[in-house]
Amino acid sequence: MSNEARKTPLYDLHVELGGKMVPFAGYAMPIQYRAGIVQEHLHTREAVGVFDVSHMGQLVVSGSDAATALEKLLPIDVQALEINQQCYAVMTSETGGILDDLIITRWAENEFFLVVNAATAAADIAHLQQHLRGCDIRVLGQQALLAVQGPKAGELIGELAPATRALTFMHGTRVELFGTDCYVTRSGYTGEDGFEISVAASAVESVARKLLEDGRVQMIGLGARDTLRLEAGLCLYGNDMDSSTTPVEASLLWSIAKPRRADGAKAGGFLGADVVLGQIAEGVARKRVGFSVEGKIPVRAGADVIDEAGDVVGKFTSGGYGPTLGAAIGMGYVDRGYEKIGTGLQALVRGKAIPIVVARTPFVPQRYYRG
Amino acid sequence: MSNVKYSESHEWFSVNGDEVTVGITEFAQSQLGDVVFVELPEAGTELSAGDEVAVIESVKAAGDISLPFAATVIAINAALPDEPELVNSDPMGAGWFMRVRPENPADLDNLLSADAYAALVDSE
Repeated sequence: MSNEARKTPLYDLHVELGGKMVPFAGYAMPIQYRAGIVQEHLHTREAVGVFDVSHMGQLVVSGSDAATALEKLLPIDVQALEINQQCYAVMTSETGGILDDLIITRWAENEFFLVVNAATAAADIAHLQQHLRGCDIRVLGQQALLAVQGPKAGELIGELAPATRALTFMHGTRVELFGTDCYVTRSGYTGEDGFEISVAASAVESVARKLLEDGRVQMIGLGARDTLRLEAGLCLYGNDMDSSTTPVEASLLWSIAKPRRADGAKAGGFLGADVVLGQIAEGVARKRVGFSVEGKIPVRAGADVIDEAGDVVGKFTSGGYGPTLGAAIGMGYVDRGYEKIGTGLQALVRGKAIPIVVARTPFVPQRYYRG
Repeated sequence: MSNVKYSESHEWFSVNGDEVTVGITEFAQSQLGDVVFVELPEAGTELSAGDEVAVIESVKAAGDISLPFAATVIAINAALPDEPELVNSDPMGAGWFMRVRPENPADLDNLLSADAYAALVDSE
């Protein structure tokens, strides 16, 4: 394999718009454009931001047994998904760790569309192939993905494709945008209302340029994507959870569907279920929480969390400045007993103890469109 | 502006008699991006060459300022902790960090001229 970073179909547009290109998950991606992370972040919270997320993996799993088969790998109620309905899911390992987090959409009775993280896509595909022998797994290598996010995204996309007005959060539909066939879902990872648009790689640049002609719209880089998702209290795979953390430790219990829990109609039956259901019953030794930081000093991933006695009781896995809040925030893991909202702790930054408080997330209210 | 000198780590040093005002360059602020936090030393702090003297945090990264010569801090820009964005909007002016008195003024001769610094930035 070459060390050369892969390019998404929007690479030239990023460079033209002054994007600062950085390596990310094997791709050259824009961390910011000329406006800078803070302005891009605030613009997304006020109008519409467009993000190139074409580096993410887009897969289709199909087969007569696909729904049942997928339930072996995802602790959600796949069979209950309606056509064009989608769901967030963690993919668990045999030991209950999180192999990836993804969004799954039912395209047809026996056909499912998965959007997975770029860094884990190859391992995900191998894992699906290994465990879903009766299913066909197709990689949509010629599809790009745009996220269109912000409080004015609904009106903008509604003007272009009126059928999207009826979409509520976590539902999708096939529409034409500027004459191009797209699969549009009402979803995203900024905490704002918005859409993700799967479109042919050959057409994405033209769609993006036409979107950018609208005064409400601006391209947004990975830097603001990170500050937006952190304020929204959303986990970043590889930072806030990975194969060494379980969904219970990662405070993603809500992502384990009720029917898949111990007293549910189809309890367990997914990889690592014994570990995960055991942790639900007995609790865990550490848990992911949000942190608000006193003062303006950014506390970043990797910073140790200490208690009054100076003992290390946790660690930041994400952290930085939240532009909408105008304050430093973060998330990370703390030992059992320290996870209560309001618990006062300290974070070590360059040897200095900075007061922090275990905080409720999201830090900024989510504004999804639920109809 | 002939009395302004530069370091390879993108600080500027404006020499005025036996006092030197220190800040980061336009290039440095553009690389850092939006500055959200600045930590400055106290006036009176005595520094050896190479000591880390200030911390700058942008949204995406943390950086620091070190002086390439021994000096004593005589004043700091008290506006910066509350308005760190001055480093972005006016890095060579209102976004200055501190004034110092070098122990040995001859040390300043080792710094880069404006032309030498411009050539360095062009090569980056």
